[in-house]
Amino acid sequence: MDLTLLSRKSDTEWWIEPHGPMRVPGVIYASEALVREMDAKVYEQVQNVATLRGIQKASYAMPDAHWGYGFPIGGVAAFDPERGGVVSAGGVGFDISCGVRLLHTGLTIAQVEPMKKRLADDLSRSVPAGVGSVGRLHLDAVEMDAMLTGGARWAVDRGYGTAADLERIEERGCMADARPDEVSEHAKKRQRDEMGTLGSGNHYLEVQQVTTIFDSAAAAAFRLREGDVVVSIHCGSRGLGHQIGTEFLKRMALAAAEYGIDFADRELACAPISSPVGEAYLGAMRGAINCALANRQIITHLVRRVFAGVAPEATLDLLYDVSHNTCKVESHRIDGRARPLFVHRKGATRALGPGHPDLPPAFASIGQPVLIGGTMGTASYVLAGTAEGEARSFGSSCHGAGRSMSRHAAARLWHGRDVVRQLADRGILVRSPSPRGVAEEAPGAYKEVTAVVDAADRAGLSKKVARLEPLVCVKG
Amino acid sequence: MAVAVRAVWEHFAHGADIGIRGVGPTKEDAFQQVALALTGVVTDPAAVRPVASVSIACEAPSDELLLVDWLNALVYEMATRRMLFGAYAVRLEDSRLRGTAWGEPVDPARHEPAVEVKGATYTALRVERLEDDHWIAQCVVDV
Repeated sequence: MDLTLLSRKSDTEWWIEPHGPMRVPGVIYASEALVREMDAKVYEQVQNVATLRGIQKASYAMPDAHWGYGFPIGGVAAFDPERGGVVSAGGVGFDISCGVRLLHTGLTIAQVEPMKKRLADDLSRSVPAGVGSVGRLHLDAVEMDAMLTGGARWAVDRGYGTAADLERIEERGCMADARPDEVSEHAKKRQRDEMGTLGSGNHYLEVQQVTTIFDSAAAAAFRLREGDVVVSIHCGSRGLGHQIGTEFLKRMALAAAEYGIDFADRELACAPISSPVGEAYLGAMRGAINCALANRQIITHLVRRVFAGVAPEATLDLLYDVSHNTCKVESHRIDGRARPLFVHRKGATRALGPGHPDLPPAFASIGQPVLIGGTMGTASYVLAGTAEGEARSFGSSCHGAGRSMSRHAAARLWHGRDVVRQLADRGILVRSPSPRGVAEEAPGAYKEVTAVVDAADRAGLSKKVARLEPLVCVKG
Repeated sequence: MAVAVRAVWEHFAHGADIGIRGVGPTKEDAFQQVALALTGVVTDPAAVRPVASVSIACEAPSDELLLVDWLNALVYEMATRRMLFGAYAVRLEDSRLRGTAWGEPVDPARHEPAVEVKGATYTALRVERLEDDHWIAQCVVDV
């Protein structure tokens, strides 16, 4: 990105001053090096989002922002329904409520090292992953609607996990106001056999070790110590979310003229929050959030079963579950007054600061765990929400490394089997049905996640708590 | 002397996702080729055997929206039938498309599917007749 187009407010805050049809400024949180690396399209997309009706304060980009469709990935924008605010399917993305959850195993690296190979084999056999895979659960129409309404709570009611898990999930495991009747039969059909599946692409299931603690008080509250082994699950709402995204992008694009919306870019397709299309999307999207929460809950159950067989002493308590593709109604202060805003986070993680009423008691004084996924060969991070994050980005932070290279280029540069072998030499066991998929996801195809996390920390969006490195990675 | 335009498909780079493009002497050819590019995101289309066919019909107010509908219909059929397609035929009439996709169930060992496609987007969306009298159909798909 051309730095001369931006006003530098600090080492990690860059503004696109409002011009033309922009209603608010664009604000990019990143180091100079990360901003320079960002695609020029991020500038264009941040600017375009700033033109949408009812947007409040600014159109934000997180340190891992990259070119998305309509909104940048790593984009955050909040809209006020009382000021003509809109909801956008492109502002949430196709993989609705894609997210990360982290489980404590209660084991140390010394305990896990000897059983690593068996864990890798058993996890890859037990958790369906990859193109065409199906889950063991097949939902009829009644159960589908119950799942879409109940989320992880529905899964727990059916024996997948415990009530204690729900306390450690955003929305306590169940997104309110879901409307299964607004979810099409196509979307439901696409999901019928996909519950408890990981998917493909950048989704993964990893066994990781805690290698560094940056903040001992926060780490103690999160029960993380150096040498601890954790399990990370990264996936979303599977085919159901993809289909809802597909259908509502079109419905919003076609309805725009009717609502007098003239957007700079067709991908910005949106509808007034209170319009029939806007309300239908919100109801369907909330169902997809519940689908993602239920999906990660079922996978958690499968992981626990594997550990029960391999390491019966393991506990597998849930640390936290975050979603990074959502639109949620939240109370934020605008001009000194708390207002309900529709906050879009697309490739951005909610990061509530200390004292927020929605936090579980264990994190009340520390802030929300913010879980940042890495790649098979690098690191993941745990951060914590900050008090200043609320004012800076509506309580939002980054979500991952972001690609630095296209899939096509990666597949030409690496061979999947070589990547698997090289990672095994470094003690990281990869299990995937697709060598080409592994090549496309090679660690070298991603940006350095540490630079992203450091920028989020320095910008005050969230603070670093712990670094995690992979031991086992199951990919689709 | 006019040079015959070959029907071809290719991918183009787009950040986290992937661009698919079909080129051919007619609009139908371009739609068929871009569908092969869609398969190419997942696996080598030449490795997919045409053992079963699926019929698809869509209608949209513009060529570009029709392209997105065609690709999303294929994504849906791939996902719900757990199939891959290696050959396509397309007939276009005004705002309507009638297509056939030939393929087989996904075989992870043989197809080594790289990634599933979530949906076709409006990013870099183009359906155009170019100056040298061939057609191009393209967009970015989310993976």
